[in-house]
Amino acid sequence: MSLQLENVTLKVRGETYIDEANLQLDSGSFNVLLGHTLAGKTTLMRLMAGLDTPSRGRVWLGGRDMTDVPVRQRNVSMVYQQFINYPTLTVFDNIASPLKQAKVARAEIQRRVEETAHMLGIDHLLGRYPQALSGGQQQRTAMARALVKDADLVLFDEPLVNLDYKLRESLRVEMRKLFASRDTVAVYATTEPAEALALGGTTVLLKEGRIVQSGPSGEVYRQPCNMEAASLFGEPPINLLAAEIAGGECRIGRQRLPLPAAWQHLEEGHYRLGVRPHHVSLAPLATGETLCLPVQVRVAEIGGSETFLHMTHDEIDLVAHLGGIHELAVDQALEIHLPCAEMFVFEPDGELLLSPAFPATAACA
Amino acid sequence: MKPYNNKAWWLVLPVFVLVAFSAIIPMMTVVNYSVQDIFDPSTRYFVGTEWYREILSDPRLHDSLVRQFIYSFCVLAIEIPLGIIVALSMPRRGLGVPVSLILLALPLLVPWNVVGTIWQIIGREDIGLYGSLLNGLGIDYNYASSPRDAWITVLIMDVWHWTSLVALLCYSGLRSIPDVYYQAARIDRASAWAVFRYIQLPKLKNVLLIAVMLRFMDSFMIYTEPFVLTGGGPGTATTFLSQTLTQMALGQFDLGRAAAFSLIYFLIILLVTWVFYTAMTHNDDKG
Repeated sequence: MSLQLENVTLKVRGETYIDEANLQLDSGSFNVLLGHTLAGKTTLMRLMAGLDTPSRGRVWLGGRDMTDVPVRQRNVSMVYQQFINYPTLTVFDNIASPLKQAKVARAEIQRRVEETAHMLGIDHLLGRYPQALSGGQQQRTAMARALVKDADLVLFDEPLVNLDYKLRESLRVEMRKLFASRDTVAVYATTEPAEALALGGTTVLLKEGRIVQSGPSGEVYRQPCNMEAASLFGEPPINLLAAEIAGGECRIGRQRLPLPAAWQHLEEGHYRLGVRPHHVSLAPLATGETLCLPVQVRVAEIGGSETFLHMTHDEIDLVAHLGGIHELAVDQALEIHLPCAEMFVFEPDGELLLSPAFPATAACA
Repeated sequence: MKPYNNKAWWLVLPVFVLVAFSAIIPMMTVVNYSVQDIFDPSTRYFVGTEWYREILSDPRLHDSLVRQFIYSFCVLAIEIPLGIIVALSMPRRGLGVPVSLILLALPLLVPWNVVGTIWQIIGREDIGLYGSLLNGLGIDYNYASSPRDAWITVLIMDVWHWTSLVALLCYSGLRSIPDVYYQAARIDRASAWAVFRYIQLPKLKNVLLIAVMLRFMDSFMIYTEPFVLTGGGPGTATTFLSQTLTQMALGQFDLGRAAAFSLIYFLIILLVTWVFYTAMTHNDDKG
């Protein structure tokens, strides 16, 4: 069954929580809601589930208008950031609880619980109580409870946040597998761009209650429709530089650089240049045109085999994500090289004009 | 040999002194009285377990002990479920929260003897609001002459006075349940009973344990209310353990017997509380 949101708006006491959300999520699709905290991810999910009713707009599920159908009469399930299980029931009874409420036959319950538990690798824990489980096992139990009833819509509200990263990775891989063969709409909320890319499927970018862009995850990443989308989808966020093209030159701050050939056709005027942190280089690049900028080091965060270098150029903050360890002193002067072929060019109002290697085709929601 | 620095004892000393003066010394004084027959400081005889044997076969103690157990049972049977119901029906947000909290806290601020006096007046069949109303409706009600009416009045007093304590404890327990649990239950299409049985009750277990123990201990030591209402009457219908003890100790100045009685009384409370505690926590590992 597919889920469709049509101009869904939620206002509470004059404050807009969700603003004119339009979305089409297909049956069997895996959709990631990506946005910062307070972007409205949970609120949008609550509207999808029917826990809240929109102030305006319609929610369609499988072609049926479900806007005013309460959650109890819908077939949805949800997994939360916290591990929500019934503390006095065993893992088996926890997973079986939605089936019991639906008055499914006992033998059928047994079969489906065991099948789901097996899929999630908790079949040896069925007799235990949630308190005797680790965090990952508790969340697997909650996931099993959500999956066991074959809901039309399964919502995951940052389910992996409270787990350590190893577990996160393995559960993430499993989740894609679990949904590959299902006829349900899966929606997964996260604050981490990397997670959205790793999960694949569709990404919906959310900011301050608005849907900024939606589409296949890789496409949204490569072709953000505007500056907002570009900086939402990327961690650390994309570097943005104000630039002026005039008199055959590209001016960035007080820096005057020769205009790269790729941008010759742009009209004179003001633009914003976007470059992802992992494209910033400390060494001159062998091929292609580059912009060279003098910068001052603010801090170099070294994490294992990579370095996040925070710098300023003319009071503009820049970040570079460098491979290897670079020990750089604070206030050290450096030159960075930005490859023009990897840069986004935005209009001053934020619309995408040029994206690396692709013509700008993406449209914002 | 390694030299020891014993200065740390000075830090523990205050605790010893405090416990000694607040618990051990008074308790041992009572033990002292309970095994001796004391006429004046210089004339006293060691009597061993005589007082205990006498007390244990005293029909006055038996009667008031039975009455006491029935009374405490009634108090718990009424106040615990009622308190849970009140807590469940209290608003969870908005202006209703402070209003209901204040309303519930009010009875707790009233001293015991005032509660007794209030109900003693309200219940009077000649001038009392409820008493005369009931009699006016043709219902024969008189706490001063009917043991049943006296019992009902004392119970109502206790329920009026202390149900809010149970309700407040339960309310705090309910408030600690995150909203997502209720949300998850709605999504699971769980019934209201299932929500209570599998979400609310497990979370209430700890506060209920406290509520049951507090209400048991307190009701087991009830003194003021029946004393103010009827002085333990009519007859001895509402004479509970502590009043029997007071009569013995102060009325008859029978200190040996009273001391033995006190210790038995204390042990009963300790035992019953322990039974409650074990019964309610024995399956804690199951959550």
